[in-house]
Amino acid sequence: MEILGLLGDGMLLAVQPLNLALILVGVTLGLFIGAMPGLGSVNGVAILLPITFLVPPGSAIIFLAAIYYGAMYGGAISSITLGIPGASTAVATTFDGRPLALRGRASLALVTAAIASFIGGSVANILFTAFAPLLAAVALSFGPPEIFALMLLAFATFVGLGGDDIPKTIFSICLGLVLAAVGFDQISGAPRLVFFDITGFLQGINFLVLAIGVYGIGEMLWTIETTRGKVTTSEAKMSVKGIVNDSKEGMKRGWKGTTIGSFLGFFVGILPAAGATPGSLMAYGVAKMVSKNPKEFGQGHPGGVAAPEAANNSASTGSMLPMLTLGIPGSPTTAILLGGMVIWGLTPGPRLFVEQSEFVWGLIGSFYVSNVAALVINLAFIPLFIWMLRMPFTVLAPLIFVLSIVGGYAATKDMHDVWLMVLFGLSAFFLRKFDYPLAPAVLAIVLGPIAEPTLRQSLLLSSGDPSIFFTRPIAGPITVIAIILLFLPLINLVRRRMREGNAAG
Amino acid sequence: MRLGEIITAGVLALLSIYLMSESAELEIGYVRGEGPGGGAWPFWLSAIMLVTTVFIAINWVRRTSPPSRSEEPVLDREGWKTLLFVGGGILGFVALIDVISMYGAMFLFLLYYLKFLGRHSWFLTLSLAICLPIGFFFFFEGLMRITMPKGMDFTEPFFNVMYEIIY
Amino acid sequence: MIFGRRSFTAMIGAAAFAFAQAPGQAAAFEPTKPIDFVIMAGAGGGADQIARFIQSVAEQKDLMPRPLIPNNKGGGSGAEALIALQGASDADHTILVTLNSFFTTPLRQTNLGIDIQTFTPVAMMGVDPFVLWVHKDSGITTFEEWVDAVKAADGEYVMGGTGKGQEDSLVITFMEQAFDLRIKYIPYDGGGAVAKDLAGKQIMASVNNPAEAKGFFAAGDFVPLLSFSDERMAGFPDVPTMKEKGHDFSYYNQRAVVGAPGMSDEAAAYYQSMFETIYNSEEWQGYMTSESLDPLWMDAGAQKEYWNTQVERHKELLAAMGE
Repeated sequence: MEILGLLGDGMLLAVQPLNLALILVGVTLGLFIGAMPGLGSVNGVAILLPITFLVPPGSAIIFLAAIYYGAMYGGAISSITLGIPGASTAVATTFDGRPLALRGRASLALVTAAIASFIGGSVANILFTAFAPLLAAVALSFGPPEIFALMLLAFATFVGLGGDDIPKTIFSICLGLVLAAVGFDQISGAPRLVFFDITGFLQGINFLVLAIGVYGIGEMLWTIETTRGKVTTSEAKMSVKGIVNDSKEGMKRGWKGTTIGSFLGFFVGILPAAGATPGSLMAYGVAKMVSKNPKEFGQGHPGGVAAPEAANNSASTGSMLPMLTLGIPGSPTTAILLGGMVIWGLTPGPRLFVEQSEFVWGLIGSFYVSNVAALVINLAFIPLFIWMLRMPFTVLAPLIFVLSIVGGYAATKDMHDVWLMVLFGLSAFFLRKFDYPLAPAVLAIVLGPIAEPTLRQSLLLSSGDPSIFFTRPIAGPITVIAIILLFLPLINLVRRRMREGNAAG
Repeated sequence: MRLGEIITAGVLALLSIYLMSESAELEIGYVRGEGPGGGAWPFWLSAIMLVTTVFIAINWVRRTSPPSRSEEPVLDREGWKTLLFVGGGILGFVALIDVISMYGAMFLFLLYYLKFLGRHSWFLTLSLAICLPIGFFFFFEGLMRITMPKGMDFTEPFFNVMYEIIY
Repeated sequence: MIFGRRSFTAMIGAAAFAFAQAPGQAAAFEPTKPIDFVIMAGAGGGADQIARFIQSVAEQKDLMPRPLIPNNKGGGSGAEALIALQGASDADHTILVTLNSFFTTPLRQTNLGIDIQTFTPVAMMGVDPFVLWVHKDSGITTFEEWVDAVKAADGEYVMGGTGKGQEDSLVITFMEQAFDLRIKYIPYDGGGAVAKDLAGKQIMASVNNPAEAKGFFAAGDFVPLLSFSDERMAGFPDVPTMKEKGHDFSYYNQRAVVGAPGMSDEAAAYYQSMFETIYNSEEWQGYMTSESLDPLWMDAGAQKEYWNTQVERHKELLAAMGE
C-alpha cells in the first residue's frame, strides 16, 4: 500500500502542466530520434543533460524518461518501414515487420509494434514497482558464467532463424562473432585483427556499421536490382477504423508473443551485462517455438513483431533497475542517466530507494505516464510513416541511402566506419544473391562482445575448467537447456534425412 | 549462378584463412589454468568458417543448393548497370564527403539519383536536394550535437556562418 | 620506493609558478565549432562521469560559445583515444579526459607510436585515490586478516579489476610482491562492473576508486580495508593507509584534461583558463568532496613535469610486474 501511495504521488507529479508538456515534446522527439537509423535513445538522452539545468530536477527526469520511451517505440519504425534496424534491440523486429510492410501491411506491423511495446513497458513497470529490491539481488547473482550461459541460450534460440542452408547459416554466425573480436582483446588488452594495420580497426567494428551496411545498403541494392527498380510500394490506406482493425488483428495473432516478450525481456533486461538485445532475440525465438504456425514466422507474422517489441521495451525499463539499485549502467543510455544523477547530487546505489524515494518514485511514475503518451503519439504518427512508404521508390531509395550513410557516420563519428559500411553493403549484396542469410551475422556481432569476455572470465575463475558452466546452480540449468536447444534442429535434421534416405532407398 | 557459387565459396574460404592467420598473432591455444588465449576465439571460429565453406563446396558438387543448380547469370546486363549506377553513386557520395562535406556530398548524390536515375522533375529534385541537407544540418548539428565531416578547408567559412545560427 | 604525490608537488611547485603567468596573454582564441571531448574510458566509469560533469558545468555557466561533445573511446586501455587525438583533424577543437592509462598504454604498446610529450597539457583536475574493498559477508575487517585469507586460499583468491597493466592491477601486483601473495586476477570492462561483481560475491575483493564503490559502502555491503593514499582519507578516517603498514607506496588515478598534439598556443591558453574556471567552481569543488577525489591543481607547465615523473614511475611499476 505504501508503494501505491508513493507511486500515486510520482504520477501526480508527472501530469502537472509543465511536466506533461515536457512528456509530449520528449516522446515526439524520442520517436523521431529512435526512428533515425544510427541514432537511439542514447543520443536523445545525451542532449537532455544541459536542459536539466533549465527546469527543476523532477521535470528533467520526466523529460528524460519521455525521450527514452519515445526512442524505444521509434526503433521499430525504421525496422518496419525502411527495413534497417536503427538499434540492435530492433533487429528481430525486421524479421517479420519488413515482410509485412512489403506485403502492404505496414500499418498492421506498426500498430502491433506500438501496442506490444506498450504492454511490454507496462508489465515491466509493474514488476519494477513491486519487486525492485528483490530483483536487484537476482541481478547480482549473475556472474560471468551465468551471463555466458544466457548468451548460449540466446544463440540456441536463433540458430533456427537462418535459411535452410545450414553451412551458410553457421558461416554467417561465425563471421559475425569474428568481426565482433576485431579491436582490443578485453582480457589481455592486446590489439588483434587490425587488418592491414589500419588504425580504424583498433576501435572494433560497431554493430550499426554492419547492420546499416547489410540492411540499408546491401538489402536495398538487392531489392533495386531484383525488381529492376519497380518496387510495389505500400497501397495501404490509413483510417481510424483501419487502426482499430489492425490492433485487433495484431493482438489476436500476437498476444502470445507479447506475453512472452514482456516477461522474458524484463528478466534478461535487469542483468547489467546482457541488456535488451538478447532479450528481444530470445523472445522472438521462443514465440516462434510455441507458435502453432512456426513456418509463418519470418514471412510476416504479427507475433514476430510483437514478441521482440514487447521484449525490448520491457528490457529497457528493466535495465533501469541495475542502474538505480546498484549504480551499474546496463546500457550506454543508462550510463548517461547515471552521469545525470550524479550531477543532480544523487547517488545511485542500494541506498537510493531509501534516501531519495521521492526521486525514485517520480521517475517510476513518469515511466507509466510516458508509456501511455508514447503509445498515443506513436499511433498518431503512423499515417505519416505509411505516407513515407507510398513515395515513389526512386525517391525513397536515395533517402534510405542518405539516412544510412549519415546514420553510419553518426554512430561512431569516423569516416573509416562509413567506408567499412559501404564495403559490408556491397559484400552483403553478393552474399544475398547466393542465399547466405545475414541476420545471424548481424546478431552475432552484438552478442559476441558479451559472450567472449564472459566465457574467458569464467574460465579464469575456474582455472580453465569448463565444468564451471554446469556446476553452478544458476548457470548449470541454463547451459543444459541451451545445449539441448542448440542440438534440437540438428537432431531433427538428421532424423528427417534418415527418413528421406529410407524412403528413397 | 553455378560458377558464382563456387567462386564465392572460394573467396570466403580465403577470407577464413586470412582471418585465421591474423588471429594467430595472439595465443590461440588453451593456456593452462587460464582458459583460451587472446586469439583463440577468432581463430577457431574462422576455422569453423573454413569448414563450412568446404560443406558449401560439397553441396555445390552435389547440386543441392538452389544457386548451385541455377544456370542463370548472377547479374545480367541490366543488373550490372543497376549495380554500377546505384553502387557507384553511393561510393561517389562517400568519396566526396571528405572533399565537400557531408552535406555537400548529400546534395550532389540526391541530385544525381533523383534526376539521373529517377528522372524526376527539376522542381522535386532541387527542392529535396536542397532542403534535406539543410534539415539534416539543423537536426544533427543543432539538435543532436553530432558534428559531421566538413570536407576540405574551403568549406569552413560557410560552416562558421551556419554555426553562428545554431549556437 | 616510490615517491608520493605531495612530496612531488612541492618539488615542482617552483616550476609551476614560473609558468603560471603564461596563459591569458596570448591572442584571443574562441572555438568556432563544437569541441570533440574525447574520454579515455567507456560510458559509466569514473572518467566518464567526470567528463559529463565538466560538460554540464560548462553548459550551466555558459563558459563557451560552442558545446563540448563527449566522445567515449575506451578501447584497448585508452589506446583508441590516444590514437584518435594523435590523428585529430582539428587539434584546436579536440581535448581528452585522461586517466593513468595515458602513461601506461604508450609504454605497454610501443608499436602504437604515441609520444605523450607531444600532447598539449590543459589542466589537472584532481586525483582519485584507490581503496581495497571486500564484501562484508567475508567477515574480514582488517588488512592483516585479508593478507592471511589470501595466503590461506593458496592462489585461489579471486580479485577483479579493469585489466592487466591497468591502475588497479598495478596496485594488486604491488601487494602481491610486498606481502608475498598469489591472487587470481579477472579483467572486467570497467570499474563499475568490478564493483557489481564484488557485491554479487563473484569475486572476493577489489581495488576500486571510492566513487565506484560508494553506493555499496553506504549500504553496508562493502568493507574498506586499506587506502593507497598518502594520508588517511577524509571520507574514510578509520581506514589505514599502505604507508602505515610500512610500505612507502601510494597510488592515484589522474583526472586530467589534455589537448591534441599540435594544438595552437592560443587555443591551449583558452582551454587552460576555461578549465581553471571550472576547477575553481563551487560545483567542481563539491563534486571532488562527494566523490572523494583529492584536489590537485596543476597548470600546463607543472603537468608536463608531472608527466615525466609519472612515466618514469610507471616504467618501474610495469617492470616490477614483469611486463
